[in-house]
Amino acid sequence: MECAFSDDFDQLHEDPYLGQPSWEKAERRLLEEAIAETLRKGKIEAQKVNLLFAGDLLNQIISSTFAAQTAGVPYFGLFNACATAGEALALAALLIESGMATYTLAGAVSHNASAERQMRFPTEYGSQRPKTAQWTVTAAGAGLLSATGEGPSVTWVTVGRVVDSAMSDPYNMGMAEVPAAVDTLVTHFKESGRKPSDYDLIVTGDLAAYGLEAAQQLLRDAHLDLGERLMDAGATYYGSDPSVQAGASGAGCIASFLFGHLLTRMRRHELNRLLVVATGSLHSPVSIEQGDNIPCIAHAVALENN
Amino acid sequence: MIFLWAFLVGGAICAVGQLLIDVAHLTAARVMVIFVVAGAILSGIGLYPKLIDFAGAGASVPITSFGNSLAHGAIAEVKRDGLIGAITGIFELTSAGISSAIVFGFLASLFARPRG
Repeated sequence: MECAFSDDFDQLHEDPYLGQPSWEKAERRLLEEAIAETLRKGKIEAQKVNLLFAGDLLNQIISSTFAAQTAGVPYFGLFNACATAGEALALAALLIESGMATYTLAGAVSHNASAERQMRFPTEYGSQRPKTAQWTVTAAGAGLLSATGEGPSVTWVTVGRVVDSAMSDPYNMGMAEVPAAVDTLVTHFKESGRKPSDYDLIVTGDLAAYGLEAAQQLLRDAHLDLGERLMDAGATYYGSDPSVQAGASGAGCIASFLFGHLLTRMRRHELNRLLVVATGSLHSPVSIEQGDNIPCIAHAVALENN
Repeated sequence: MIFLWAFLVGGAICAVGQLLIDVAHLTAARVMVIFVVAGAILSGIGLYPKLIDFAGAGASVPITSFGNSLAHGAIAEVKRDGLIGAITGIFELTSAGISSAIVFGFLASLFARPRG
């Protein structure tokens, strides 16, 4: 399974194990590589980084912990499921804005096989996936933020509220995340005073094919017609590959799409004003088994070329 | 003729499973539990053995047959040893299947790795 925009990625692997003995070890290796590559490209030594914000989908966010241990920088571990990269980027930017840090790192990772094993069924179990299912991406993304530099800059952060999706199907997370994404978008435009036309592109995390359609409808109902400006990373991540069902998901989805693909487009000035709305389903396997609805969240972060 | 019935009955059982996934949105694990319990109940009221006689592998291959074997073993042992047989007999007929799954699963893990 290859991302349709993988030309923008710094490293690609053929082996889903990355030469490691297990999926979980492969996952932490992905984040370690993303952090190391980010520091190398930013020409910053790890010792100068004031804080790393990172998260993943595994229990006790273990991949991020080990990656932070390898990086050897002060670390705040985060869990916001597929919205983690948005949460990390928002916090990393706010810390710099507060004047408390000069360099911060934000990152997130997921691995298809480790996530399926933990959240649904192991892939070797061969469970049938319904058409609304999404493919957890095997990818990591990391971004380096600094108090000075050429940009692009984070210019606005709208932190999401936890929204009851009124849905409990773990094979339809994209649809579950729609109310949270719409809530955050409506709040963002209200509190910032900005208009949709202030952005070249508005990218949601992983609503996927069905969720994106539902979100467009709900946004029109809320008098926010984003039209062609609205794009969903999950729905476009694997192009038109039907084997991923509704699209991509996972903490690495918006992380690699934003830090790999979208920022490359911003550097080329194809995009100058970008709003990223990272969406996440915050359920646990136990909450699903006990019949709880999926609680969802979405964080909006605006990035602009200076 | 039994091949035709095997095809139709086996296909019908699988179609029910597919509908439970697609229409009722049940997970595969839940469908499996429903099928095993249904097989045990149908065995208890004497219907499942007749279905196997009628459709052969069409009824003995789907997981419902596992429920049938669970109930069958328990009933036979109750007749022989009294009520305690309900506990001791459950895995009488199914132990070969369970042991095989463990043994062959172990053997496969020695030379194969999941590909994800």
